[in-house]
Amino acid sequence: MHTVRVPSPLRSYTAGAARVHARGDTIGGVLLDLERAHPGMRFRMIDEQDRIRPHIRIFINQREVNSLDEPLAGADEVHLICALSGG
Amino acid sequence: MANTLLIGTRKGLFTLRSDASRRRWKLAGPQFLGHIIHHVVQDPREPRRLVMAAKTGHLGPTAYTSNDRGRRWKEAATPPAFRKSAEGEKPRAVERLFWLTPGHASEPGSWYAGTAPAGLFRSDDHGDHWTPVAGFNDHPMNAKWAAGFKTPDGEFLHSVCVDPRDARHLYLAISIGGVFESTDGGKDWTPLNQGIEADFLPDSNAEYGHDPHCVIQHPLQPDRLYQQNHCGSYRLDRPARRWVRIGKRMPTRIGDIGFPIVSHPKDPNKVWVLPMDGSTVWPRTAPEGKPAVYQSSNAGNSWKRLDKGLPRTQAWFTVLRQAMCADREPRLGLYFGTTQGEVWASSNEGESWRCIVRHLPEIYSVTHAA
Repeated sequence: MHTVRVPSPLRSYTAGAARVHARGDTIGGVLLDLERAHPGMRFRMIDEQDRIRPHIRIFINQREVNSLDEPLAGADEVHLICALSGG
Repeated sequence: MANTLLIGTRKGLFTLRSDASRRRWKLAGPQFLGHIIHHVVQDPREPRRLVMAAKTGHLGPTAYTSNDRGRRWKEAATPPAFRKSAEGEKPRAVERLFWLTPGHASEPGSWYAGTAPAGLFRSDDHGDHWTPVAGFNDHPMNAKWAAGFKTPDGEFLHSVCVDPRDARHLYLAISIGGVFESTDGGKDWTPLNQGIEADFLPDSNAEYGHDPHCVIQHPLQPDRLYQQNHCGSYRLDRPARRWVRIGKRMPTRIGDIGFPIVSHPKDPNKVWVLPMDGSTVWPRTAPEGKPAVYQSSNAGNSWKRLDKGLPRTQAWFTVLRQAMCADREPRLGLYFGTTQGEVWASSNEGESWRCIVRHLPEIYSVTHAA
């Protein structure tokens, strides 16, 4: 089980929670588990071609990742970040 | 009768409700503060139902539906999305949900949606689940019709028109791409751009590649189409296929460039446009800083300037394609919202205007709800 930090624009899906927990061996697996628990959340971050949307950043601990295939180890924390997107 | 205006803005959804006289308007909202609301449309078949096109600066696009006139909203279970691309195929992803059109009266719950990049989508459950219209999105000519030209906010598919006589007869428009027609429910499409000028294309007789800003079909005379284009105002009376540039009758110093075009719901010959400056580098503001609505009562053969009550000078707003509408009152009301967050109203078919709200965010759409 991984801790996932949720940015404020996505907390409408997590009933306001800034931290949730999800299972998965990869980033993609964690996002699918999040989608099961919080329907609609994944598509706001990941497009229909399984690409991370332009203003979304995903970190495993302190390292940014660009692929949903990135593997996760037991205690890894996932940070979902909404990057700057204009005024 | 009380009237409601649904106002989609760059920062959320607002609602204006009038008293029976339309003199007093009460503002409600914002709902979805901070969300980019491109279009909010009432279902004329079930007026309690609304569908809204939304996204935020960070997050992907989605749709919301309401079955209680906008008091509560539910996010679509499956928002519009292109099919997964095959290997070697250019991947397409919806960046903006831009346009919403209720389906035919004989198909309750049906809706069409247009997106950027240009895609056509359909829902048959009041906007909760959306599927791609493969006949257009995967048409052999699609890559040429929707070539991916980047207008400032993307390549929009808009102005989906459903023929009230025939659910299978559809029109749509793409900026930039042109107008297209289907007579088989969206399985096949053909360009419908003859007579439309395109001074930005090397071939002035191009079959497609035009820039329609807004296309409307008259509900009582569905063979009558009007189009406000990047290159003028046009009318088409089917079965003809060649558009007639009705904007040539506008004053030369005003021109016939603009975004919206609105027709009288009961008079196919009466139409209103809101010209903008399309000269030199395309300011897209009111010509000379003096906004005016122009009305034709004879299908575009002549035009009358209507500016009573509008700012006389130094008013530089823009009115976008979804931001002008009419109500259904016997003495027709007209409304438009500006990029500077003002809503202007006329309760006498444009003869006089007054500002009924200001200081809203940039307005993207103003639609009437009964």
